[in-house]
Amino acid sequence: MFGWEFPPHISGGLGTACYGLVKGMVHHNQEVIFVVPKLWGDEEELADFVNASDITIDYREKKFKSIWKNLTYLEVSSFLVPYLGPEEYQKFTDYAIHDRTDVDESIFTTKYEFSGKYGKNLMEEVSRYALTAAQIARDRDDYEIIHAHDWLSFPAGIAAKEISGKPLVAHVHATEYDRSGESVNKPVFDIEKAGMEAADHVVAVSQLTKNTIIRRYGIPAEKVSVLHNAVLDASIIKSKYVKKVPEKIVTFLGRITFQKGPEYFVEAAKKVLDRDENVRFVMAGSGDLLNRMIDRVAELRMGHKFHFTGFLKGEDVDHMYAISDVYIMPSVSEPFGIAPLEAVRHNTPTVISKQSGVAEVLQNAIKIDYWDVDAMADATFALLHYQGISKMFKELGSEELKNLKWEHVAARLVKIYEKTLAQ
Amino acid sequence: MRTICFYFQVHQPYRLKPYRFFDIGDDHYYWDDFLNRNVMRRVAQKCYLPMNALLLELIEKHQGAFKVTFSFSGTYLDQLEAYAPDVLESFQRLVATGHVEVLSETYGHSLAALKSKEEFARMVNQHKEKIQRLFNGYTPKVFRNTELIYSDQIGEMVADMGYKGILTEGAKHVLGWKSPNYVYQNSIKPELKVLLKNFLLSDDIAFRFSNKTWKDYPLTVDKFISWIKPIPASEPVLNLFMDYETFGEHQWKETGIFEFMRALPEAVLSQTDYGFSTPSEVLSQVEPVSAIHVPYPISWADEERDLTAWLGNDLQDEAFDRLYELEKIVRKLDDPDLIRDWNYLQTSDHFYYMCTKFFSDGDIHSYFSPYDTPYDAFINYMNVLSDFVLRIKEKQKELELIP
Repeated sequence: MFGWEFPPHISGGLGTACYGLVKGMVHHNQEVIFVVPKLWGDEEELADFVNASDITIDYREKKFKSIWKNLTYLEVSSFLVPYLGPEEYQKFTDYAIHDRTDVDESIFTTKYEFSGKYGKNLMEEVSRYALTAAQIARDRDDYEIIHAHDWLSFPAGIAAKEISGKPLVAHVHATEYDRSGESVNKPVFDIEKAGMEAADHVVAVSQLTKNTIIRRYGIPAEKVSVLHNAVLDASIIKSKYVKKVPEKIVTFLGRITFQKGPEYFVEAAKKVLDRDENVRFVMAGSGDLLNRMIDRVAELRMGHKFHFTGFLKGEDVDHMYAISDVYIMPSVSEPFGIAPLEAVRHNTPTVISKQSGVAEVLQNAIKIDYWDVDAMADATFALLHYQGISKMFKELGSEELKNLKWEHVAARLVKIYEKTLAQ
Repeated sequence: MRTICFYFQVHQPYRLKPYRFFDIGDDHYYWDDFLNRNVMRRVAQKCYLPMNALLLELIEKHQGAFKVTFSFSGTYLDQLEAYAPDVLESFQRLVATGHVEVLSETYGHSLAALKSKEEFARMVNQHKEKIQRLFNGYTPKVFRNTELIYSDQIGEMVADMGYKGILTEGAKHVLGWKSPNYVYQNSIKPELKVLLKNFLLSDDIAFRFSNKTWKDYPLTVDKFISWIKPIPASEPVLNLFMDYETFGEHQWKETGIFEFMRALPEAVLSQTDYGFSTPSEVLSQVEPVSAIHVPYPISWADEERDLTAWLGNDLQDEAFDRLYELEKIVRKLDDPDLIRDWNYLQTSDHFYYMCTKFFSDGDIHSYFSPYDTPYDAFINYMNVLSDFVLRIKEKQKELELIP
């Protein structure tokens, strides 16, 4: 498996999902070689971890040159990496325009220290990672199938497949359409598409994502399987943290960005507060839309009942879930979305948008269209006032959670592997 | 003889500590003692102590020919008592000379005049009592409103409370061709006289003194004398109004601001036909020329000289309206702890921190704000206000339980 991050050093859901999946695979006695750009040394020993930063690339291998040429194509087409300053851009373009012949030799002779982050050299790291993958694929023969997680490791998966001739499974956790709406980053889209096309089978984290893959990337439906995420720990969390305000609390917890639909939460809050003063709304998180949300809250004159906590981490996240009476995830586009399952673990009833993958697996939640703020307000009001529903959600939700195990996911993945290998 | 009227505003707000959502309903103490104490001690060393010493020296030297006027906010006096009794003592010594006038203002340095006559009157009275207590029974006779905010209606309220004069900004859009160097009258209650700040000469000292890009830099006493001499002899008064922190804090001592003030009185008295007076003296000696019409409130802040530094954007208006919703109930409960926080929460600075006018005067705003952005200021204030509301409700419940 080629990934980009692995717990405990993660910045998003990708690492957590990889961890859960590997754990599930181990449960089924599957041996996993897990490659990441950078290992920190404190990862749980679940798999045969390979640190890409330790791999020395043998430049005499002719086949690598052709792989590098292909990657050069990918990289040249990725001038528009976000966050490049003018100087770096200059360097970057010079580098690419000269067809890289002058730098080839140095690249092929040494190891490369990956940052494993999501910084400005992301595209370069993705390409080098692919080259490293080719080396690993040539050196080792103790594997049957290649599995790449998200576009960051798709070039690695493609390269490994080219060298070894073994089948490739491309696992899509999120697409560029989820991250950026309609204004997609073309180079990233290209890598995603190339990865899915080169793959022998594609795995999507939800039906929603599968639909995107078929519609936007033109991948035939029969080549795509849905494999929902699961939870690592389904136990109910009993927090000792007590709420200090008398009002009920309705929470949004996540990045305050376009993808997460914070503005719909704000509008719904207004509608609820108009009917019921005895509620406080909390928007926990940070992001580029934060100030716009604060402005809107003030404009709607509900600053006394609508609070912003800023970015929460560690215990504060648990406290927030624990004191919430309703959790809302109004995401505009969420390939999966693990947060509502966390809310369920805290016995907090949830309202989730239909445009999220988690809506496909969580039955005991109210599902609404993200844009339908009236429905969102209705649902919130109902969960706050009609004890029947929220009580039912609490009981059944926790039962449901117990069935969302990574072992089950891994078992299905093994079947997909078998089918792919049989082709 | 013509006269110069020096008035210095002395104010520090009670700044809020970072108050998180999780604190609501749990932590009822809102004030950043560490920061407030630090600011007070720093400014005491840089400004209050050295400048008070200098003024005392000048007053004694000129045997009453040199006078100044102060207005202290209640939040400032409370902090003096807590953090800087040495400074309080030096102010008391100045007032005891008899050549220093103290003005009346609102206790909380609030914007209450724009919202509620009752609250405004309560705050003015509480301030008066404080001044009497700290300054040996001294009773202010002339009023200055927070940030020199003034309108015909505010003047009317002030006249009804028995004051004979009020200070405000000589705003261009109000004065037009008229000169600020006369005494004017309130247009509703002519018995209330209005003194207008000469903002050119005041701001030359307060804002431009150390500005090296200013064409008149450096400002010397000789230069200043050469500017005031040609003012027509018929214009009886020159009102130089500024923040007291101008001396040593906004203009550091390295700029020569103390030397400027040390030399100014003697130069004025010996080289010009100007003397020095306090507002009360001006009002009793100078006849008003006409009424001044100010239908919309003016202030001494920013280029616009209006209220937009404190009110007008959604953040400010929301916070302001939510605060004053509580007015009646807080007064009715009349609980000393609640009143104290109520006073401090009304301080205009909290609304100033929420100002989003980054373009024309943003620099000044960010200099005075403990927050990174107006949004942070708003969030913090609203969290505190939410807790304050909960305390009011608790108190109400408590009182209802007692028969």
